Amino acid sequence: MGEILKRLHEDIHFIEGLNSCMNCGVCTAICPAAEFYNYDPRVVVETVQRGDEGEIERLLESDTIWYCGECMSCKTRCPRCNTPGLVIMGLRRVSQELGYFTRSEKGRQQYALKHVIGESVLKRGYCVTPDLVRPEMHPEQGPVWEWVYEHMDAVYERTHGNLRKPGAGALRAVDEESMGELRRIFDVTGGTEFLEHIEACSREEARREGMDLEEGYFLRTYMENSDNHQ
Amino acid sequence: MKLEGKEQIWKDYQKEIADDRYYYARSCIRQTFFPGSEWAYLDILRNRLGKDVMDDPRHTTCTGIGYHSDVVPAQTIMTVVARHFALMTEAGYENITPSCITSFGIYTEILETWAHHPEVEEQVREYLWKATGREFKKPRNLAHTSDIIYKFRGEIAARARHRLVDAHTGRPLRGVDHIGCHYAKMFPSKGIGGAEFPAVLSGMITAWGGEAVDYPERRHCCGFGFRQYLVMANRGYSVANSKKKFESMRPYEPDFIVANCPGCAMFLDKWQYTISEMEGTTYGANGYGIPVLTYEELAGLVLGYDPWELGLQMHQVAVEPLLDKMGVAYDPEAKYLTRDGKEMGRPKCPTYLKV
Ligand code: SF4
Ligand code: SF4
Ligand code: SF4
Repeated sequence: MGEILKRLHEDIHFIEGLNSCMNCGVCTAICPAAEFYNYDPRVVVETVQRGDEGEIERLLESDTIWYCGECMSCKTRCPRCNTPGLVIMGLRRVSQELGYFTRSEKGRQQYALKHVIGESVLKRGYCVTPDLVRPEMHPEQGPVWEWVYEHMDAVYERTHGNLRKPGAGALRAVDEESMGELRRIFDVTGGTEFLEHIEACSREEARREGMDLEEGYFLRTYMENSDNHQ
Repeated sequence: MKLEGKEQIWKDYQKEIADDRYYYARSCIRQTFFPGSEWAYLDILRNRLGKDVMDDPRHTTCTGIGYHSDVVPAQTIMTVVARHFALMTEAGYENITPSCITSFGIYTEILETWAHHPEVEEQVREYLWKATGREFKKPRNLAHTSDIIYKFRGEIAARARHRLVDAHTGRPLRGVDHIGCHYAKMFPSKGIGGAEFPAVLSGMITAWGGEAVDYPERRHCCGFGFRQYLVMANRGYSVANSKKKFESMRPYEPDFIVANCPGCAMFLDKWQYTISEMEGTTYGANGYGIPVLTYEELAGLVLGYDPWELGLQMHQVAVEPLLDKMGVAYDPEAKYLTRDGKEMGRPKCPTYLKV
C-alpha cells in the first residue's frame, strides 16, 4: 500500500465514510455541489474504492475534492451507508498533509481559510467575529451590515451583546486562561502543526510565484476564480 | 389499529430532551449576527419558564467552521469539545445545549464516533488531560437550543401576547422552515422528525397559530458550504443554492421564513439583498423580501418582546411587514437608536429591495 492509501485508511473520516459503493449515483442526485460545479461524488467514491494510488494522487492535486460543501446531504440518502462528504474530508486532509493542495486553484484557498478562520480561533477564541466580516470583503452582506460594522459597539450594546468585554454574554472577550487552554489543545493534538504546515506549503508556493504571502498571495487565494469549474 | 402503527412510526422521529438544568454553548455565528436571539433565549428560559441555564464565559468556539473548512483536524476539535464537556461536568451539569447547528452536528458526530471507536475517546481524554488537566463525563442529554424551545412550545403559546395570525383578517400566517443540513441529515434520529419530516420549527409555527408551508426544496441546503461562502471566489455556489430555495417557496407566498441554524438565517436574509442587486428580483409582496427570523426571535415576538430589543434592526430584509400582520406595536423611530436613545445614522437603501 502506498503512502496516500496508508494515510487514508488511518483517517477517521475515511473509515467512517466508506463501506462499499455500488455506484448508484444517489449521492450525486442529491448533492448541491454537483448541481453547481463539475463535480460528481459518485465518481470520487468509486475512484477511491478502486484503490489505484496514481488515480487518487491525481484527485489530491485537482480542484475536484474542493468543490464539496460538507453539507452531508449524501449521508442521509446513500443506500450503502457511505458518506461521500466524509471521504472528501479524508482526501482533503491527506492532500494538505502531503502538500498536494497548492497545485490547484481551489486547493490553494486553504491558505485563505487558514489565515482568516484558523488565526481567528487562536487569537480570539472564535471562528468568526464581527470585525472579520469587513464590508469591502463582504459586499453581499449589504447596507445594514455596513451600518452594524460602522457602529459596532453601540449596536451590540443595544442588542444585549458584551462585545470584547470580560464576563459572560455574546461576543465577550475570552479570558486568558481559557485562551491558553485552547492553544495548548491545538499544540498537543497536532492542530498547530497542521496550520503551520498549510502556511509553510503556501509560503513555498508564493515564493515560487514571486508573491508576498500575506498580501498578494492571500488576496489571490481569496478572490481568484478562473471560471473553469462548471 | 392503523393510528397505532403511525404513532409507532412517529415515535422513531422523536428524541429525548432534558427538562431543566442546561449548560449553554453559544455560537460564533449566532452571537455575531443575532446577539439578541441569544439574549432572548436565556431570558425566555430563565425568566419566563423558570429554568436553570448555565451561561459559562469560559467556553470557546467549538472550532466547527474551521473543522468543516478542513483547517482544524478531527482530534483537535474533539479535544476542544471534550473541554466543553469538562466545564459542564465541573459546573455540575449533565445536559448540553449548543446554539449552533454546526456545533450540534459536531457534538453528535463526536459522541457517535466515540461509541464506535472507544480508543479514539481514550486518546482524546489523554490529550485533554495533557493540555488542561481536566477530565469530563459525557453529557447525559444533548439537545439543540431549538429542541428546548420546541419542547416548551405549548408553555410559550399559553403566554402568547401575539399569535402567528393576521391580526386584521384572522388568517394563519404562512411560515417556511429551514432546519439546516447538520441538524438531522447526518444523524436523523437525533433531530425531531428526522431529515424527512422536519418538525422542530414547523411544530413551533403551528403551536403559535401559524400554518407551516411544505414546498419542494424545503430540505435543500441553504448553500453555506463553509469554504464555499468563506472564500469570496466561491460565493456563487452559496447564493445559487439559496436562490433555488427562494424560487421554490415563492409560489406559496410565505409571510416569513424561520431558520434553525444561525448561518442559514443570515444567508437567507442577506442573499435576498444580493439577488435583488444582481437581478432586480425580490421575493416578498410589493418589492419587499420575505422576513427571515431565528426561532428565538419568533418566540420573542409571540411573547411580546420589543423587536429592537430582539435585534431585528440587524436584519437586511425588513421585518415590519410581518410585525404589522401580527399586530406587534413598535416604534419605527427607535429602530436605529443606541441603548440610551442617541442617533447613529441609518443604513443606506438598497437599489431594488424595499426596506
Ligand atoms: S449513494 Fe452511496 S452507493 Fe450510491 S454512488 Fe453514492 S456513495 Fe456509492
Ligand atoms: S457533503 Fe459534499 S458530496 Fe455530500 S452532498 Fe454535500 S456537497 Fe455533495
Ligand atoms: S443549510 Fe447551510 S448554514 Fe444551514 S446547516 Fe446546511 S450548510 Fe449550514
